[in-house]
Amino acid sequence: MTTLPYLVAGWLFLVGCYGLVTSHNLVHTVACLTVAQSATYVLLLAVGFRAGATAPVFADVPVGTRVVDPVVQALSLTDIVVAATVTAVLLALTIQIYKRHGTVNPDELRTLQD
Amino acid sequence: MNRRARLVLFAVVAPVFAVLFFLAVRGLPSFGSEFHPYADRAVAVATGQRATANVVSSVNFDQRAVDTLGEEFILFGSVVGTIVLLRPAPEERDAGLRPAGGVLPTTRLAGYLLLPVSVLVGLYVIAHGQLSPGGGFQGGVVLATGWHLLYVAGRYTALRRAAPPTVLEIAESIGAAAYTAIGLAGLVMGGAFLTNFLPTGSFNDLLSGGTVPLLNGAVGVAVAAAIVLLLSGFLEQAVVLRRTEEPLAGSSIGTEEPLAGSSIGTEEPLAGSSTTVDDAEQR
Repeated sequence: MTTLPYLVAGWLFLVGCYGLVTSHNLVHTVACLTVAQSATYVLLLAVGFRAGATAPVFADVPVGTRVVDPVVQALSLTDIVVAATVTAVLLALTIQIYKRHGTVNPDELRTLQD
Repeated sequence: MNRRARLVLFAVVAPVFAVLFFLAVRGLPSFGSEFHPYADRAVAVATGQRATANVVSSVNFDQRAVDTLGEEFILFGSVVGTIVLLRPAPEERDAGLRPAGGVLPTTRLAGYLLLPVSVLVGLYVIAHGQLSPGGGFQGGVVLATGWHLLYVAGRYTALRRAAPPTVLEIAESIGAAAYTAIGLAGLVMGGAFLTNFLPTGSFNDLLSGGTVPLLNGAVGVAVAAAIVLLLSGFLEQAVVLRRTEEPLAGSSIGTEEPLAGSSIGTEEPLAGSSTTVDDAEQR
């Protein structure tokens, strides 16, 4: 049981990758990429968890209270911002691909290979 | 690579990854353990010397502030990339606003009522980043969301007028530049880039944490402008731009020619857009 949250992260990553591989629509592909990426949030937060501890914010609790790891939470914040920006750029690319090729099905995008 | 090849590759690689990942997590400290050396040091520094109640903010904007500078410029780069990718193509023109569909009066009322509330919440979250959960990134997104309530209320022209792209681009740049400037000020005053050189104030006070609130403010401005710019790029595609029926001379799709014609072609929709929107407003 002590490794279950880590395994959830691995499962999320693989599910996202499976979606990437079998996708019929580039918008769906981008969504699958964010699923795969969300595995990293679960992994980071699981690594930082400390049983029975509270959030690392000392506005309401006295200094010295047991808290979970703030470093991985800060890393998750960076991770989320990067995920959001990557999603925006990929969706913009999808719009341009649709305008150029009239399809968002990756299997029909043959002109890229010619 | 076709679909079958991708599936075969996945079927080969996924089990290998699964086994290696399982072996790797077996070696991690068990879930919920007490062993967090970095956490103990980060909390000690934040609550002691730096007087920042929100340790996550202290890590982001003080102890690891250089990383956040990189994050800030990733955001900046992606906004530039999205704007460049979504610029009007030569064969597109500004067709003016699509006639607004029926927006329910209740939706409109909710949009107008929630706009000031969400702007206030956004400013609160940015200003209290050093004390409570939140900060520049979270508050900036709340601010940008509030802005888009104008769109939900059916006033796209009001959204455009309240936040012209030029102003947003300048705000985005000022936010990113302010972060760098505060870092350089630390270099001059404290001897290292992004040093927390200001007096840290008393713990759990609004004015505490030294440069943390300032950096939060800079990030808040940059993020709010960035999100509005990103969303307006996509909204523009859906609401304003139309593909012209006959492509402009020398700009048929899928050939090399658009490159030659693009310099002239792209100017026109941009120049026309302001007048078209103005016309739509006056109607």
